[in-house]
Formats: sequence, structure tokens, C-alpha cells
Amino acid sequence: MLDRREFVKQLLIDRGDLLVVPGLGSATYDVAAAGDHPLNFYLWGAMGGAAMIGLGLALARPDRQVAVITGDGDMLMGVGSLATIGVKQPNNLAIVVLDNARYGETGMQPSATAQGIDLVAMALACRFRHARAVSRIDEAADVRALLHDGKGPILVNARIEAEDTPRVLPLRDGHAIKQRFIAALNAR
Amino acid sequence: MHTPLNIETSWPDAIYAHFRRLGVRQVGYVPDAGHSRLIALCRDDPDIADVVLTTEEEGIGLVAGAALGGQRAALLMQSSGVGNCVNMFSLLRNCGFACVVVVTMRGEFGEFNPWQVPMGAITEDVLRLSGFLTYRVDNADDVDPIVGAGCDMAFSGNLQVAILLSQRLIGPKQWTR
Repeated sequence: MLDRREFVKQLLIDRGDLLVVPGLGSATYDVAAAGDHPLNFYLWGAMGGAAMIGLGLALARPDRQVAVITGDGDMLMGVGSLATIGVKQPNNLAIVVLDNARYGETGMQPSATAQGIDLVAMALACRFRHARAVSRIDEAADVRALLHDGKGPILVNARIEAEDTPRVLPLRDGHAIKQRFIAALNAR
Repeated sequence: MHTPLNIETSWPDAIYAHFRRLGVRQVGYVPDAGHSRLIALCRDDPDIADVVLTTEEEGIGLVAGAALGGQRAALLMQSSGVGNCVNMFSLLRNCGFACVVVVTMRGEFGEFNPWQVPMGAITEDVLRLSGFLTYRVDNADDVDPIVGAGCDMAFSGNLQVAILLSQRLIGPKQWTR
């Protein structure tokens, strides 16, 4: 099982032009802990929406790679979006699910994945081009390479420890997060 | 086929013309019979990515992502779908994303199915409480100017605008079998 902070940090090493959409809660803190970046569109709400924000962005910018990094709770709430993404087949979209099988923000209650509900199988059934589970830190480099060079749609389910990590709180003003992201995207 | 009475009229073409004029590049929808012609026009347009959603709230994320990437998007749904979106609407308000939602109304004029009535009766109020400007269209001749004005306001001011196409305009759903 993975240390979530170390795993996300390794995914985002030398991230270059990668566009990152972190889902609400711990995923946003993990991405912030890896280093604040204007091309992070931090979510503090909109639960269930991270993957679809990634799709809209991937369709709008086919020249750029988009990585959604979110939790199992967010992905399960928006699980229908796997079908929506599968229909559109964006080759520049990857989703990394940080799966601790828990709702970490609310007291570590078990999620559906704790009972073996399989997001990788769901993604494959939704015609994702590539979907796999990872649980060892030595797989992080492969996942990082997928985010930059893989042909999507891709889903990686990363089994992480159910630990309570310190919160690293990035920008919270939605207008500021949006404007900073757009300015940085247009500057490159 | 459930084909609305007035679907041969030109108002869907007027909405599509505004999408073209304003450079809308993504259109998300959960189908409704009243939107069938507009959906077909968008699907046939190589400049528009048509995205069939499993639930309408997905469309709010789509609009936000499109805007981050510099594209304009619009959503088509029926009134029941507005209820599916409520929490996700906060993404639009928190970040100031322009959003155009074209809503075909059910549960009002001549509605056959009482199960459509509770949501249809509160659709406009729900949109207003969620921060949308709402414009209701009852006559075919008003579709063009109202949709045009609504889209202009949304995209020029990063506002959330809903156009409600009344059931009287669309025609009650026809049950042909």
C-alpha cells in the first residue's frame, strides 16, 4: 500500500505542462503538498465532478495532457462519468484514484471499494484504453509516464494507506484558482 | 417515437445559430424529445463536441473544464435534470464560470404524466436559488431574441443563465404507442 503523499509527489515530479485537477478533500491537499502550481485547479467542493472537469478540459485542449487526481469517494459519486468519458475517448485524459477505501474527510467510514467494488474493472467496462491498479511505490514512475505519454482514457487505481495526513491547504478562492489557471495555461 | 407536435418549427435552429455565433464548442446533454432537433444539429457539427451525459450534473463539470481550457459550452436538459444538478451548481458560483442551460419544461401545460409535475413546478425557483438568471419562453417567435440575449449575458459576464422553454411552446409529449 502506498504513502499517498510520497506517491502524488512522485507523480508530479518535473510535471512540465501537465494540467492537474485534484478532487476535493485529501486529494487537493496531496497535490498542494507536492508543490503549489498555477496549473492545479484545486477543488474544495463539487464532489463527484473532478473527472468531468477533466473531460471538459481535455476536449478543449487536445494539445495538453490532463490528469485528474482524486479520491475513491469522489470517483464513486461521479462513477457514471466513466461511461461519459468512455464515449468520448479523450486520448489526453488520465484519472488517478487515490483509493484508501475510506471517506477520509468525515471519519474514515468505509467506501464501496472497501467491499471489493472495482473501479479498474468499471473503467475497462467503460472502454478506457488503459486501466490498472497499483500498490507499490516503485510503480509511481510508470504511472507518471502514463500521465505524460499515455494514450487515454486512462484510469489508475492507487491503493493507499488509510492514514490521516496533515492538511496542506492551498488557495480556496474559486475565482482566484480559476483565473490563475487560465492565465498560466494561456501563457504557455 | 415520441415526437413533440411543433418539432418541425424553426426555433431549435435559432438556438443552434446562437451557439454558432458565440463559438460554443461543447454541448452536454441528457436527451429530451423537445431537444431532439437541437441535439441532432449539434451532433452533426464537426466544430461542436457533443457529450451525452449519464446525469445532468456531469454537465456542470464539463462546462467548468471547457472554460478552463478556453472553450464555451452549453447544456441541454429537461426540467427534471435541473434537480440533479443542485450541489454541482455551486462550482459555477464559486469560480464564476459562464453557463448556459437550455431547459425543456415538463410537468406543466398539458402534462400527461403527474410524476413530472413536482420537479417541473419548482424548476425555475431552484435555478434562481442556485444563482441563475432565468428567462422563460412561451412563444416560438421569442426563442431567437431571448436565447440570444441570455447567451450574450452569460458569456460576456461569466454569469449563469437558464432559458426555460415552456411546455406550451414545445407541445405536450405525444404518446403514440
